[in-house]
Amino acid sequence: MKLDTSGLESAAPVWGAPSELVDGFSAAPSFEVPNTTDFDGFQKEAIQMVKPAKGTTTLAFIFKEGVMVAADSRASMGGYISSQSVKKIIEINPYMLGTMAGGAADCQFWHRNLGIKCRLHELANKRRISVTGASKLLANILYSYRGMGLSVGTMIAGWDETGPGLYYVDSEGGRLKGMRFSVGSGSPYAYGVLDNGYRYDMSVEEAAELARRAIYHATFRDGASGGVASVYYVGPNGWKKLSGDDVGELHYKYYPVMPSTVEQEMVEVAGA
Amino acid sequence: MARYDRAITVFSPDGHLFQVEYALEAVRKGNAAVGVRGTDIVVLGVEKKSAAKLQDSRSVRKIVNLDDHIALACAGLKADARVLINRARIECQSHRLTVEDPVTVEYITRYIAGLQQKYTQSGGVRPFGLSTLIVGFDPYSGVPSLYQTDPSGTFSAWKANATGRNSNSIREFLEKNYKETSGQETIKLAIRALLEVVESGGKNIEVAVMTKEGLRQLEEAEIDAIAAEIEAEKEAAEAAKKAPPKEK
Repeated sequence: MKLDTSGLESAAPVWGAPSELVDGFSAAPSFEVPNTTDFDGFQKEAIQMVKPAKGTTTLAFIFKEGVMVAADSRASMGGYISSQSVKKIIEINPYMLGTMAGGAADCQFWHRNLGIKCRLHELANKRRISVTGASKLLANILYSYRGMGLSVGTMIAGWDETGPGLYYVDSEGGRLKGMRFSVGSGSPYAYGVLDNGYRYDMSVEEAAELARRAIYHATFRDGASGGVASVYYVGPNGWKKLSGDDVGELHYKYYPVMPSTVEQEMVEVAGA
Repeated sequence: MARYDRAITVFSPDGHLFQVEYALEAVRKGNAAVGVRGTDIVVLGVEKKSAAKLQDSRSVRKIVNLDDHIALACAGLKADARVLINRARIECQSHRLTVEDPVTVEYITRYIAGLQQKYTQSGGVRPFGLSTLIVGFDPYSGVPSLYQTDPSGTFSAWKANATGRNSNSIREFLEKNYKETSGQETIKLAIRALLEVVESGGKNIEVAVMTKEGLRQLEEAEIDAIAAEIEAEKEAAEAAKKAPPKEK
């Protein structure tokens, strides 16, 4: 498995490496192709075997005050709930967040790697990297591993000089700029609530409540989502965690049990 | 083995890299280039050898674009310059592609200087025989910058600098006469500095001006006009000096 160790390489060229001086670009990673009659079919099968379903709900949207990012916290392996307390919102640096959907290890590793690259950019260029630049760095890395079984469906949210930024990046190599995204198996349910309640001019509290509700509704209907609904806000001064509510408790908060009047009661019947 | 050593840049016993110093000699033999930074403009001027009659002067442009907002002039081996400029141009586009933003002047200067340094620490290659003057506007802050690199791979920012033939006298002139200027005044200062070591006339100097809008090469007629203005000012100053000294 090829690891990205570019951060560890020293700047000086090694003896006998003249090719570095000649070409301007570094080669993309490559791997040996196995002998099969139908390589594309084989590749598809391999990926289906390796790729875990993106059992999760994450969402992010831009509004007047900044970016709101929310996610659930359930990790599932097929029908088994392996954890109810996974951190799916990854803190890349104090002003940028990434969300996790797909393979947990893939997301965590590559977000960490992105954090390193962002910091190196800051040190080299004496300025923060833009959300555009950071998302492009990640997208290019994921593209170079295309077809090798990575499973990453992430959103990069942040605040830079040009204001709030939100990008969707996935392991197919796609990268989209947008105002509203939801990723994961619970995303259709989240989109329903999000698209219905979204307005650009919302206050931070209203936006947080919208995000929380959207996650709750997704966890209600999607078996692969659950646990805790975390809500983060990204503003001009960086990100801040607003809330982390158990979705079970949220359910009874939104739909409290109404005591109903008793119509009939069972009574003891005298023995026949 | 001793013959083979010639091709490698190695340290001398007293800590010099002779190949790099010889490269600096090559720079000193190259034609003069001057750069002056103003508040809203940066000017590059290069000494031009009088063109051979049959040569198409347009094909020997000495001041080139690296990107829409960055230009470069150099002194030294022109063939080496072509290679370095091509690599820098590729890097400018590559940067635009990977971070969706144009390069800053500092970034591309650092890249060129890094490239020049790489060739002082590799086997079988010689250093680039040129020093560059890089000018441009920072795409974010809109601040004008002037940087210089040399064959050793060092770089720094300058308010005004010169490289190539007689660069010391030009630099002395600039140190005496530099002040914060803008627009036409900066152009005049650059041409005055260059005229210190070059015979007068638009035929012998090439001047380009970088503003927020981009790079503009000055026409020969324009340069002639400014040179004439400078001559007139000089004569007026001499006449004032020759006049009988006023009583204190």
